[in-house]
Amino acid sequence: MSSGRCAACRYLRRKCTQGCILSPYFPSNNPQRFVSVHRIYGASNVTKLLQLLPTHLRAEAADSLYFEAQCRLEDPVYGCVGLIFMLQQHINAVESQLVKTQAEIAVMKSQGQNRETQQAEPDFNNLLLRQSDNEAPLSFPNQVSSGFI
Amino acid sequence: MGGNSPCASCKLLRRRCAKDCIFAPYFPSDDPHKFAMVHKVFGASNVSKMLQELPVQQRADAVSSLVYEANARVRDPVYGCVGAISYLQNQVSQLQMQLAMAQAEIVCIQMQPAPQISLDQMVDDKSSFLHNHHFNFASSSLSTNVNICDSLNRDNIFGDIIS
Repeated sequence: MSSGRCAACRYLRRKCTQGCILSPYFPSNNPQRFVSVHRIYGASNVTKLLQLLPTHLRAEAADSLYFEAQCRLEDPVYGCVGLIFMLQQHINAVESQLVKTQAEIAVMKSQGQNRETQQAEPDFNNLLLRQSDNEAPLSFPNQVSSGFI
Repeated sequence: MGGNSPCASCKLLRRRCAKDCIFAPYFPSDDPHKFAMVHKVFGASNVSKMLQELPVQQRADAVSSLVYEANARVRDPVYGCVGAISYLQNQVSQLQMQLAMAQAEIVCIQMQPAPQISLDQMVDDKSSFLHNHHFNFASSSLSTNVNICDSLNRDNIFGDIIS
């Protein structure tokens, strides 16, 4: 049935048998898929690789081979390794940003705690000394001098 | 290198290693495993075609990435490098989520009003502070202490200020 050939057999100009290992994963309606994979891996390597896998894993394998082949065609020097490198750099950048942000939070929280402590307990020793020194009326440094009154 | 000893690829392919062998600079004879992996996954002729299409200065990097991909595919015949890519993408998503949460926390902290303590509470705190702490004042200063306690009465201090 020449009209029922899979993309692989059509490209390779051979008869597509009922037991063709490539036909489930390289349908005739997507010839580009097989062309990409064939250019990078070769039909025989793909066939060998799929034959070594259990049937239920072959679809995933074919998809990942196609993905890697496309990456290699787009970037003949680095292929999908370029993508891995980019992701690793991205992770490093986000990690250092996260560390910085967490440090900022720690500083802001400790500043907030210090402010609470200062407002709750003014310097009484200072108050007592000032009172005994010059008998000036008591004042509350934080509130009075800051214009609270 | 061609001539004396064949490169790893020509050794594996059992052929004469020419002087201009395209594989020789990148697959030395002391590391046969490297070419074996690449040949198993991509095939020698495909690798040769790929290298021929690249300028010479980029071929070393291309070989390194092909070796990396081949090793990944041999270790994981189903997903190859795609497994690593998927894992890294998950890591990126998780880190970005953590960063977003940390940034939201900063905004919340910045929006919090400064802690307000009521005047009554301030006066009460001062009274209890003085009563709870045992100061070593000389007897002459006792009266000062008493004056301070009296002065802490908010009417004396704030007078007309507090309505």
